[in-house]
Amino acid sequence: MSAALVVLVALGAWELVCRLGGVDPLILPAPTEVAEALWVDRGLLGEDLLVTATEVFGGLVLAVAVGAGVAVAMHLSDAVRRALHPLVIGSQAIPVPVIAPLLIFVLGFGAAPKIIVVALVCFFPLAIALFDGLRAPDPDQRKLLRSLDATRWQTLRILEVPSALPRAFTGLKVAASVSVIGAVFAEWIGSDNGLGHGLLIAGFQLQTARAFAATALLFALAIALYAACAAAERRALRWAQ
Amino acid sequence: MKAYGAVRALDGLSLHVEPGEVVAVVGPSGCGKSTLLEIVCGLLEADSGTVDSPAAALMPQRDALLPWLTAEDNAGLALHVGGATAAEARAAARSHFAAFGLEGFERARPSELSGGMRQRVAFLRTLLSGRPVLCLDEPFGALDALTRVQLQAWLAGALAREPRTTLLVTHDVEEAVVLADRVLVLSPRPGRVVAEHVVTSPRPRERSGDEVREVAARIWRELLATGSSLPGAAASPKAVRR
Repeated sequence: MSAALVVLVALGAWELVCRLGGVDPLILPAPTEVAEALWVDRGLLGEDLLVTATEVFGGLVLAVAVGAGVAVAMHLSDAVRRALHPLVIGSQAIPVPVIAPLLIFVLGFGAAPKIIVVALVCFFPLAIALFDGLRAPDPDQRKLLRSLDATRWQTLRILEVPSALPRAFTGLKVAASVSVIGAVFAEWIGSDNGLGHGLLIAGFQLQTARAFAATALLFALAIALYAACAAAERRALRWAQ
Repeated sequence: MKAYGAVRALDGLSLHVEPGEVVAVVGPSGCGKSTLLEIVCGLLEADSGTVDSPAAALMPQRDALLPWLTAEDNAGLALHVGGATAAEARAAARSHFAAFGLEGFERARPSELSGGMRQRVAFLRTLLSGRPVLCLDEPFGALDALTRVQLQAWLAGALAREPRTTLLVTHDVEEAVVLADRVLVLSPRPGRVVAEHVVTSPRPRERSGDEVREVAARIWRELLATGSSLPGAAASPKAVRR
């Protein structure tokens, strides 16, 4: 509620500056102009939104699957941990402009390379949060499971995964917030659709209002993703509240 | 013998517990009481010496309930780990809830239970492991005095209904005397048995009973004496309890 108020006040101030200050609309269009562009170009922007949302969602799902697999494997095996830990950290250092052309060269201009770039960006916060969470259980709880002769698999399923979930969800929320920017970067490198692509084209064509409209949709997409993750967290972690 | 680095937690400790007997172990902080239970339960290997015991179930110092499980799932945990499906384990646990004064709290999470109820769930979990020996590590240590006395009476009743060989570690001398057939007094670290008291009065015992008060007084004197004969003990590093 209060966030909506902040946005409203900010938009009002922005509108006022544009109307009174004589800012060049090519540099900063007023919110009403952005809203107009949103409406006029709704067909184009809607298609782009769908493309980008698909890339982001696909990338997140892939990152969750691979991140969970890697975190659990690193947790269960010291050899795997020693082998993968530096690579997991290193994966964060690969700049998107370096990897994206390579992926596009191999996989073409479709959604696949963008999904992989999003997954690459989201993978790290997910894997690290889950990996740390798996080591979090209380020593007394571990002792209890051990005294019951729980197998490694049972300890993982009954104790470690549930107690890792709060951290894993924090990782998921971070990943969701950065996923959108990952998709935009990937589209900039090579794409013929999507909001990031639309943004770039609108910039070339000096359609600043449309570029801002695309940005507004990216903003909304990030917030919607975050809200969905937070809702899933509240459902899954009712015990922790 | 069990040592952690240069610190010997237990040394030369020997004890025998009859089937069905309740033996309490009291001793100063850091005398290796918890270590003793962990060795009996097979969680730790003694550096030297042997343990000859049927399978033992541990009730850890804090209840170690899993906060994401309901009370009935926590109580049935040992059964579930032992191979029962979650539903079977839950049903078996639920059938004891009334007798444990937990009726109506089957679906409650641990955070919704009082301290006393949490301990009862933890004790039920220990019982349902089906193991012939129970190792209770200061089961009531975290409770307020009134709840503690109530739960001691309740535990005495529960053990009377369902007798188990029980090794009870406690700081609370009166608790030991009220609950146990035999009380062993441990020395400061490295812990070994310095005295043994058989308690014969019939159960349920009152804290104010003659024998209880008399035995407790003797144990107190022994504990204070072992402490004063080792003046270094008070200054030594904090208890090796894990």
